[in-house]
Amino acid sequence: MRYSALTVLTQALRGHAGWRPAWRNPAPAPDYDVVIVGGGGHGLATAYYLAKHHNVGRIGLLEKSWLGNGSVGRNTTIIRSNYLLPGNLPFYELSMKLWEGLEQDINYNAMVSQRGVFNIYHSDPQRDAYARRGNAMRLHGIDAELVDRDALRQRIPYLDYDNARFPIQGALLQKRGGTVRHDAVAWGYARAADRLGVDIIQNCEVTGIRQERGKVIGVETTRGYIGAKKLGIAVAGASSLVAAMAGLRLPIESHVLQAFVSEALKPLIDTVITFGAGHFYISQSDKGGLVFGGDIDGYNSYAARGNLPTIEDVCEGGMALMPMIGRARLVRHWGGIMDMTMDGSPIIDRTPVENLFLNAGWCYGGFKATPASGFCFAHLIACETPHKVATFYRLDRFASGRLIDEKGVGAQPNLH
Amino acid sequence: MRIACPYCGPRGLEEFLYHGDASVRRPEDGGAVPDQAWTDYVYLRENANGPHRELWYHHAGCHAWLVVTRDLRSHDILGVTAARDEA
Amino acid sequence: MTAHRLPAGGLIDRGRPLGFTFDGKRYQGFAGDTLASALLANDVRLVGRSFKYHRPRGLIAAGVEEPNALVELRSGGYREPNTRATVVELFEGLEARSQNRFPSLKFDLLGVNSLLAPLFAAGFYYKTFMWPASFWEKLYEPAIRRAAGLGRHSRQADPDTYEKSHEFCDVLVIGGGTSGIAAAREAAAAGARVILCDEGFAPLDLPDAANLSVFMRCTVFGVYDGGTYGAVQRLTDHLPASHPSARGGPRQRFMKIVADRSILASGAFERPMVFGYNDLPGIMLAGAVATYVTRYAVAPGTNAVIFLNHDDVVPNVQIMADAGIAITAIVDVRATSSEAVRVLSHRIQAPVFAGAVIDRAHGSTAVSGVDIIDARGTKISVPCDLVAMSGGWNPVLHLTSHLDGKPIWDEAIAAFVPGTLPHGMQVVGAAAGCGINANIQPLWLSGQHPAKSFVDFQNDVTARDLILAKQEGFAAVEHLKRYTTLGMATDQGKTSNVNGLAILATETGKTIPETGTTRFRPPYTPVALGVLAGPHRGKYFKPTRLTPTHDFAVANHATFVEAGLWLRARYFAQGTEDRRAAVFREVDAVRNGVGFCDVTTLGKIDIQGPDSVKFLEFVYANGWNDLAIGRVRYGLMLREDGFVMDDGTCARLGQQHFVMTTTTANAAKVMQHMEFCHQVLAPALDVCFVSVTDQWAQLAIAGPHARRVLQRLVDPPFDLSNDAFPHMAAAVPTICGGIAARLFRLSFSGELGYELAVPARYGNALAAQLMQTGADFNITPYGTEALGVMRIEKGHPAGPELNGQTTAHDLGLARLLSRKKDYVGRALAARPALTDPHRPTLVGLKPCDRRTILRAGSHLLRPEAALTAANDEGFVTSAIVSPTLGYPIALALLANGPARIGETIRVYDPIRNGDVLADIVAPVFHDPAGSRRHA
Repeated sequence: MRYSALTVLTQALRGHAGWRPAWRNPAPAPDYDVVIVGGGGHGLATAYYLAKHHNVGRIGLLEKSWLGNGSVGRNTTIIRSNYLLPGNLPFYELSMKLWEGLEQDINYNAMVSQRGVFNIYHSDPQRDAYARRGNAMRLHGIDAELVDRDALRQRIPYLDYDNARFPIQGALLQKRGGTVRHDAVAWGYARAADRLGVDIIQNCEVTGIRQERGKVIGVETTRGYIGAKKLGIAVAGASSLVAAMAGLRLPIESHVLQAFVSEALKPLIDTVITFGAGHFYISQSDKGGLVFGGDIDGYNSYAARGNLPTIEDVCEGGMALMPMIGRARLVRHWGGIMDMTMDGSPIIDRTPVENLFLNAGWCYGGFKATPASGFCFAHLIACETPHKVATFYRLDRFASGRLIDEKGVGAQPNLH
Repeated sequence: MRIACPYCGPRGLEEFLYHGDASVRRPEDGGAVPDQAWTDYVYLRENANGPHRELWYHHAGCHAWLVVTRDLRSHDILGVTAARDEA
Repeated sequence: MTAHRLPAGGLIDRGRPLGFTFDGKRYQGFAGDTLASALLANDVRLVGRSFKYHRPRGLIAAGVEEPNALVELRSGGYREPNTRATVVELFEGLEARSQNRFPSLKFDLLGVNSLLAPLFAAGFYYKTFMWPASFWEKLYEPAIRRAAGLGRHSRQADPDTYEKSHEFCDVLVIGGGTSGIAAAREAAAAGARVILCDEGFAPLDLPDAANLSVFMRCTVFGVYDGGTYGAVQRLTDHLPASHPSARGGPRQRFMKIVADRSILASGAFERPMVFGYNDLPGIMLAGAVATYVTRYAVAPGTNAVIFLNHDDVVPNVQIMADAGIAITAIVDVRATSSEAVRVLSHRIQAPVFAGAVIDRAHGSTAVSGVDIIDARGTKISVPCDLVAMSGGWNPVLHLTSHLDGKPIWDEAIAAFVPGTLPHGMQVVGAAAGCGINANIQPLWLSGQHPAKSFVDFQNDVTARDLILAKQEGFAAVEHLKRYTTLGMATDQGKTSNVNGLAILATETGKTIPETGTTRFRPPYTPVALGVLAGPHRGKYFKPTRLTPTHDFAVANHATFVEAGLWLRARYFAQGTEDRRAAVFREVDAVRNGVGFCDVTTLGKIDIQGPDSVKFLEFVYANGWNDLAIGRVRYGLMLREDGFVMDDGTCARLGQQHFVMTTTTANAAKVMQHMEFCHQVLAPALDVCFVSVTDQWAQLAIAGPHARRVLQRLVDPPFDLSNDAFPHMAAAVPTICGGIAARLFRLSFSGELGYELAVPARYGNALAAQLMQTGADFNITPYGTEALGVMRIEKGHPAGPELNGQTTAHDLGLARLLSRKKDYVGRALAARPALTDPHRPTLVGLKPCDRRTILRAGSHLLRPEAALTAANDEGFVTSAIVSPTLGYPIALALLANGPARIGETIRVYDPIRNGDVLADIVAPVFHDPAGSRRHA
């Protein structure tokens, strides 16, 4: 059933009796031409674009619990393409362009809201670093502006301009950045992929990867063996664990990132703001909650929860940036598991094991990448060559030194 | 999370900095051309979902580097030793 | 009057009447009231509007689980939206307003949403508002946002202050009910250090003991690893703003409690019944009705219908009857009513409808009656102004699940009970499921009006929404919650989660344990962000480190700049000078006279021991074996991945004694790195080191007259002559008649220069002494800006070049990389991409017109190249107007840069409208031969 205002109206008049499941709940087939492991945003987007753009035969997507239970359902919903390095810029801009047409493409309102993203700067060197970034964006055809203090104050009057420990001097602005309703991305891709015939199989955990003479031939799962001509892994947060099933070690640590939401308030913050003198960023959801976060906790973890020092650090950053939020109340905080790579950038690549493809290492920035990640991973699986905007995301870059280290902190994942 | 520093006693997480996998070993010789062992040392990490041996630095305390064994599923700390005693 | 104050009883102080306002109207309550009880006592039953349908709502509960009665409290910057009236202690002058209504609570225009409810079913917004795409931001979203949200934020800075504390105990008791008090008494009597936290304000019957600390108005909101608990104590929220404690004192305290053991005695929340129009004001939890009667002496109604499915309700009904509330009917879900209910009904003369349910309630802004369907299916309409319902109790097990503990379904009491517990936690009383839900027969959905049977009151999630979500495939509990927003409101599903889960289970034909469980995320109740930040805001966001010459700098009118945590003098303006004039003057002084600058912030590490040299050989990329005592050398440090980590100098003061400097930014990082190299990589080396950054005040004294000035300070017989103390010499003379000092002949400016270190306490005195001693040379203090200008003129890499992405080769320092030894970073620095000659490499730039300024952050392209990313060849790292040359210059990283000296490049800065051609030159602009520093 196509979603539209008309169908909503018709169904309302009919007591909603006509709504059908957003996606089927099929039993797994004995084998597929392509099996995608991971029913998060990236896996679902991959399945969707594979089915839409590539003629690869039957596609099965395996999710160990419920769709979207990983990072796609736990993040702080920000989209942007304000990167610095040539290895990242075209990729994230493709993602932004896909976001801009996503809802009409998949017929699902994911509430893509281009509310702007302001990165606040507090010193001359930081301004120049943002200028370098903004100029790089412009050279890639991406919108970027440098906003000075006065203009920023006009636009966002409630920051601490007069008493800050690190004075606010201005901001880098990407107007096309913004937020998207995260769960809707998973559901929208799932529904769209399902409509193109992808079998989405929930509660099906992969427990082993079966190989024959160095080639992947299928996966063992909690619902039995499933054959696969090609196998794509998109399980950020658990990449090391699934890759280990194929005997691979990855340049990845799993880290916990916390996220926070306040009680619902009437409209207060109409854009996305990141603090430049601490770890804090914030936006407001359509429901009215202030959605905010900061740095990763900084230690390896598979427990999706964090600890007080980071919570305090985030709230301190928030109060330093916008002292009005002191009386807003935190209603919930939670954690998600991040694939932190050694240079802070992702991996979309073939692996040393034939027919095994890897999509991993999204650090704390995977949500915004969802469409392009799916698009490029689908291309890689179907064509067996990297998509032209994802040519840098190779596994061998660590040996060659062709790193994509935006922050320049080296092989220390918790600093990226 | 609290870590029992062998020198300072149990202290809160905020006093420590995390480094990572303690199982990696620096290859003996610097070598003229880096081989796989070097890339592995710097870039590959143990990352299993269970007990994990990892390096922490007591930066707001005695500056000791510690090898902490911690369960990555529960954050339970199973043991702490000074790194210099592990080498 | 339907709701009213009882003539006697309660824990209120009738001798202390308190005036307050609600929506501008004046009322009176008593000390000991909550806002909720005081409103009820004044027969104010309509207190809010719901989130989505703007339905009229009243109080359901008497505690923190209240989903409906959210108000805006206080005014101005003190305004607190979404405050539960049930937990607000009444004080004189309290101002409260209803929220999410326009124009008024009684007449809310968006109440029309309720009529449109069929359209606004679960998830409707995912299915529409998609065309045209650009209308989302312009039209749909703003409208949705205005309608959504609850209370209004003041948009003003929080005027209150907050504090933090650390608490340690053997036993933490959470909850001051019967179980909690018993636990605290026993533990304290056994000699344990005990802390008891209770979220309420009623006095507790506990002994006064040194080892027992009781925190009232204190909510333990979260459990964290290692026996750490987060708690917030409300210190002045219950006081009028005029109260002395409320003025100046902190509003709340964030306590981090470390406890070996904890005892959770948090009690249980009562479950609402889900039936048609169960959200009308006057439909309340039976336990809450009893609480209003006994604690606050308020009767929430006069004619009550009781709706129950277990026996715990019986004493509460007795309380109501004793208070004079007429019990019109007892609707008991169970086919055969229990003995307890039969005895009760006889005693209070109330009819029991066994095997019956309430189909729906009637009323517009308050309940006026209910339709009962009796055991034979007959509908019986009963008028009433109060429905006291109880679907059983849910143990308050939130804190048990914060560390991933999974609650377990206990079929016998039809409730979730704590499962795996955090280490050291024990659960007691009702929280453990003890003594609750006697003879319960669960009923999850009652009557035939699912579209108006509310499960989550605050978010307006109805039974029909849950059924529809399931129909659309959102049958996993988490999908259900996210699709319908069940349990996502400010109450986090305290009254709704279990009912919702059970309705889903019924729909899917599964048992409750098969369907899922409820877990809770911290915080248990909402926590103000301000208290989690504590005092760390404004100027106190981070500590401020002051240099040892700070007072001197203040006295000399310095303008300061933040450098990490440090506050450094940026320039010393004289009279009406602007920044540029001051910096030009300071540079001129150093280039042609003498100046001094505080460089204390550079990291200083004192290294001693027999293996000091071996250690330096390991951590630095260049060689140290041949450094003589009394000499200084530039040192380059790499990360193990081969990129440059830091640079600095290291002086040899003795056979086994070195003093290293690092950059200001990397001081702590280098220290940590060296500890790593020593303790983890090379523990066999016999070397010790310690940071002495804070112990020594270090001043750079530079300029052609530097030696002459210094000569007057250094105690004889120390020989400062060029031969005795040449460039890159180091010594430990005394100055000013015996003050221990460290002296290095170093030049960052390119001029004859020294760095003189004295014990930090002499910093200001040394600066003052220099001013006096050098007066006849017009000695000039200079700041970081002049320092930076001169280093750019000299082409020294600093922060913008040492950005973690550059190699020694990129910075023109490849010659320093030793080939004779193993050192950190050697192996991976040899990787192909790090040795690629086409990497961006350090060069100098001069605008072709020698006039137009260059800006750091500009990108570099060939003049004829198209302005695209493919033609991007590098960027400007540092740029100034050179006082020495008289025109703008810059340092840049340019692909294959050194080979292109003499060419022209386009310096492109579209984000600041900059676009200028520049000559590529060598990166040293001043005294390229370096003769001046040897003067």
